Amino acid sequence: MNALLEVDDLRVYYGKVEGLHRASLRVPEGSIVTVIGPNGAGKTTLLGAIMGLLPSAGSARYAGADLAGTKTEARVGLGLSLVPERRELFGEMSVEDNLRLGAFHRFRKRGVDLESELTAIYARFPRLEERRAQLAATLSGGERQMLALGRALMARPRLLLLDEPSLGLAPRIVRDIFRIITELKKTGVSILLVEQNARAALQVADYGYVLETGEIVLEGEAAGLASNPRVIETYLGLAGKVIAT
Amino acid sequence: MSFDIALWLVQDGVTNGAIYALLALAMLLVFAVTRVIFVPQGEFISYAALSLALLQAGRLPGVVYVLVGGGLVAAALDIALALREKAPARLPRIVALYVLVPCVMAALAWWAAPRSVGLPLQVLIVLGLVVPLGPILYRVAYQPLASASVLVLFIISMAAHYALTGLGLVFFGGEGLRSEAFSDARFKLAVLDITAQSLWVVGASFVLMFALRLFFEKTFYGKALRATAVNRIGARLVGIPAELSGSLSFLLAAFIGAVSGILISPITTIYYDTGFLIGLKGFVGAIVGGMGSYPLAVAGSIGIGLLEAFSSFWASAFKETIVFTIIIPVLLWRSLRSRHIEDEEE
Repeated sequence: MNALLEVDDLRVYYGKVEGLHRASLRVPEGSIVTVIGPNGAGKTTLLGAIMGLLPSAGSARYAGADLAGTKTEARVGLGLSLVPERRELFGEMSVEDNLRLGAFHRFRKRGVDLESELTAIYARFPRLEERRAQLAATLSGGERQMLALGRALMARPRLLLLDEPSLGLAPRIVRDIFRIITELKKTGVSILLVEQNARAALQVADYGYVLETGEIVLEGEAAGLASNPRVIETYLGLAGKVIAT
Repeated sequence: MSFDIALWLVQDGVTNGAIYALLALAMLLVFAVTRVIFVPQGEFISYAALSLALLQAGRLPGVVYVLVGGGLVAAALDIALALREKAPARLPRIVALYVLVPCVMAALAWWAAPRSVGLPLQVLIVLGLVVPLGPILYRVAYQPLASASVLVLFIISMAAHYALTGLGLVFFGGEGLRSEAFSDARFKLAVLDITAQSLWVVGASFVLMFALRLFFEKTFYGKALRATAVNRIGARLVGIPAELSGSLSFLLAAFIGAVSGILISPITTIYYDTGFLIGLKGFVGAIVGGMGSYPLAVAGSIGIGLLEAFSSFWASAFKETIVFTIIIPVLLWRSLRSRHIEDEEE
């Protein structure tokens, strides 16, 4: 069976520098796939290329169709949604407006009930409801991540791309985020999760890839990766702890 | 200077300042959404003012040729793109927007020109002729290079400005025109003799500013436009197409330019190239306001209007020099005081 997202030999160049070197990966429908690796390995570049924010060579197929030539905005319409590392919220607008705009690509279609979807998002993120009238720029780091997630969910994605969702957050909030990620999987959303926090990522994921200096160096079932000596030494051991914090 | 002369200058300054404020807002909006410095703004003023004067004189405004021709070019570009992307479903919409709307407006103008249809209808026809030029200009000149640097976009703006000025000369001719006043009424207020036209200008400007505010704060598309201005990447990630926000911001800017042209056409004689200078003063107002804050831009523009009025009294030969020189101290002050912001490149 074909996977929801199939990436083959994806390459991204920054000028003459290669940011991503022939990356291939699969995200089967309904699963969580994680890409772990150190800072600067090309994880954000990989997601940027899948989302069409960066020009790339090689092939990315989504739901059987080639994504080449499809603009970012159109990819959102197809069901891809990225929560970027920098969140990219609309800082000078209210929390609720940020969420509503998340549903922009469906706004023009008839029969979209934004209000009930907002209610559903608020039920998942009660903090956002408390802050609904506040400007996004005034939120704390954890709340900003919640809002970025909520905004992406308003697009009703089939494939959610998460870039370092735990970056810079307190441990308690990191736990919340990963709990939400597992809940989302149960609702049928497929997730491609990019993380430096390899321990937490491998716990929630079904399958994992290790990306180092722009190349996939290792892949396997998440449980298998978590017990792989090389992964333990580099990402889960003492050194790994330093990277993960 | 006596008190009533000062008051008279204030009235003059505020009237012009209100127009500059409108133009400054359009400038800010277009820059925030598309990073384009909207130099051709002035041409929309000239086109609208001259079209209104010509309609009133019973002649067909030459802008209909620019509109229909530009629409055909824009349609050809979009049809080629749609065929290349194998999306024929888009064709009817393209034809309706870029061919049908311009043709209908041109036909309406042709029908109305020899008849005295009255000011309100004439104004509507002028808006219908000039405003669609905004999205057409965006489609033809800017959209193919929308992700280029601010400098490249600025050079496109200069080219568009010269092209539109040239077309203005071809289709409107070199003579200056002035349209009839909306009303000849005058009001005595103490020593002040207020003309109805300046009340029209100030009133319409503020109504339009208020309407823009409502649009940006209450409507979904207004919010989407603001979102694009606040965070361009974020906007793409929620699926707001860059072409849509670009087109929409040019539509609003063209509307503002056309309204400004209609408002001032009874006050000053407009030539095919007059609009540029007026638009430039709006730009100065926007710069005085820091190219980022809408209220400051309005205040700055009204300040520019007042400065212009008073300098034309004291040193009329240096009127323009004084107004444009004000940019230098303002920029110095701003660059010393604000943190350094790099030219945004994506």
